[in-house]
Amino acid sequence: MEPIFVWWIGEEEADPELMEHVRLHLARAFDRPTARWHGAARPRHAFDARRKQHASGAILRWLLERGPAKGTVLGVTDRDLFIPILTYVFGEAQLGGRAAVVSTARLIEEVELVGPELLVERLAKEAVHEMGHVFGLVHCDTPGCVMGRSPAVREVDEKDAELCAECKARLEPSEGE
Amino acid sequence: MSNERTRILVVDDEEIVRESLGGWLEKDGYTVAVCPDGASAIARIKGERWAILIVDLKMPGMDGLQVLEEAKRLQPELAVVIMTAYATVDTAVAAMKAGAYDYLVKPFDPEELSIMMQKIVSQQTLVRENTVLRQALKQEYRFRDLLSKSPAMQSIFELAKTAARSNSTILVLGESGSGKEVLARAIHSESPRAGGPFVAVSCAALTESLLESELFGHERGSFTGAVARRKGKFEMAHGGTLFLDEVGDIGPKLQLDLLRVLEERRFHRVGGNDPIEVDVRIIAATNRDLRKATAEGKFREDLFYRLNVIPILIPPLRQRREDVPLLVENFVERLAVEMKKRLDGVSADAMSALMAHDWPGNVRELRNVLERGAVVASGAVIQLGDLGLPAKADALPRAGTLASLEEVEKRHVAAVLGHTGGNVSQSARILGIDRVTLYNKMRKYGIRRDGEQDPESGDDPRASR
Repeated sequence: MEPIFVWWIGEEEADPELMEHVRLHLARAFDRPTARWHGAARPRHAFDARRKQHASGAILRWLLERGPAKGTVLGVTDRDLFIPILTYVFGEAQLGGRAAVVSTARLIEEVELVGPELLVERLAKEAVHEMGHVFGLVHCDTPGCVMGRSPAVREVDEKDAELCAECKARLEPSEGE
Repeated sequence: MSNERTRILVVDDEEIVRESLGGWLEKDGYTVAVCPDGASAIARIKGERWAILIVDLKMPGMDGLQVLEEAKRLQPELAVVIMTAYATVDTAVAAMKAGAYDYLVKPFDPEELSIMMQKIVSQQTLVRENTVLRQALKQEYRFRDLLSKSPAMQSIFELAKTAARSNSTILVLGESGSGKEVLARAIHSESPRAGGPFVAVSCAALTESLLESELFGHERGSFTGAVARRKGKFEMAHGGTLFLDEVGDIGPKLQLDLLRVLEERRFHRVGGNDPIEVDVRIIAATNRDLRKATAEGKFREDLFYRLNVIPILIPPLRQRREDVPLLVENFVERLAVEMKKRLDGVSADAMSALMAHDWPGNVRELRNVLERGAVVASGAVIQLGDLGLPAKADALPRAGTLASLEEVEKRHVAAVLGHTGGNVSQSARILGIDRVTLYNKMRKYGIRRDGEQDPESGDDPRASR
């Protein structure tokens, strides 16, 4: 089974503990080998000067070009992300593709008050959520499922870090391929 | 997933918007298609059913408001969301006035979009549930092929169901097109005779001697042209029901013959000597006032009482207008199946006009009007113009214009023919003249059966002599 690579592509120094947490969560959720990917390049061309945000679509294309040739890749950044039609996104993924990106920029809301474990938890959830899209899952209405819609941090905090049984079952056919 | 079947069409001239919004909605579990311009979007709306249309306001060619208007005309239940780069009060007001569900200012907040889509989906789910409930309710309003929620018709259904169990003669009274034969068939189907034949005869269609042999049959050689023995309708209906339509139109000799059969339950074929016994349930119908005809000596009183055992009077459609929407829905569904065409219903102004119309040809006229509308309609919704209903003023010259008597007659004849969908017999009845006279008038004024002017003869002065 092809591994999931986790790649820090933020501008600040990577937080090894945070990245390790994300990797372990992905390994458990998708029952696949996972590994860190290291590369010094950063997707700076994706920065939109007018919006002062990074275009997540450009980052996805860049991840495919510059990242691992095999398996799937999750880029993790500290830069704020957008897609042209929305003011911001927590992350974006190629539905049924190979790449996803997730950002901590908006997940740090209230982290100072609650403590760093809140960011760890939120990032793990959004990482599993975006990789769920990569593995073909769409948003799920089962209460608590990590594939539930989470347009704001409130919804992120409300859901679990796990896939519900139905989403897990939907993953299985592709694993047999 | 509840969203799986919700279909969203995204229309924007910018590829990047189509791509990012389409992709986002797909991950949200919707079925999404994208179109780069208004014309291709309208083509897709014509061909397929969509739940939500998200359309950009400013586009080259057809703009968002034009797409909105056309889309609502084609699929009134479609929820249309307008996207705009700058929110101005004017554009928002224009969009909402034109029937938009809501509008979004680009770029929009993911939370706003997510909530709006979910709200639309849950509203549409409610509407669907409502439709299912209404379907169930329609069964309550149904007696076989008859449909009505008016209290008067409901009590007729009750009476008909009770009467169906007996063998008594039933006299169905009602205007032309009000469903007398449909009721007769329903009674037959509901009766213990349902397994037997249902035989219908229109007494007005034939001359007295032809009707006599039609009803009673004839022996070989009983008259010129009677080359073989032939069974009549009475024999054919043995064990079942004989429906005598327009029974008020039969002549004095047949009235007497009919009276004898009703009294003795047996008859002779024309030219035959042996009496034939039949077991037939009679349902007679007429749109004439038989009591008045009896008083005037035109209809035998003893026959009237024989027929009038269980009288059932079907009220004209104009006295039960509350049934119009129910009947429209029912006919549109049936026409869609018959014509293999997608039909979602009639537009709001078409429904108002249908409610306001007087329906001299009753339910049959309503069906004809809808059939015409279904044929003419370019989209899935029948528009007012498709129905070809004459405007109220059409039959009469406008106030202040002076028209000759001939001109008024010509317009009125054309209007009535239009109403009945070209049914000459029905038109003649409404006009109170016989069919031959009506044909003569049509020829004289150069009017075709559909009420339109015949270009061949209409302007020919000789034709109006």
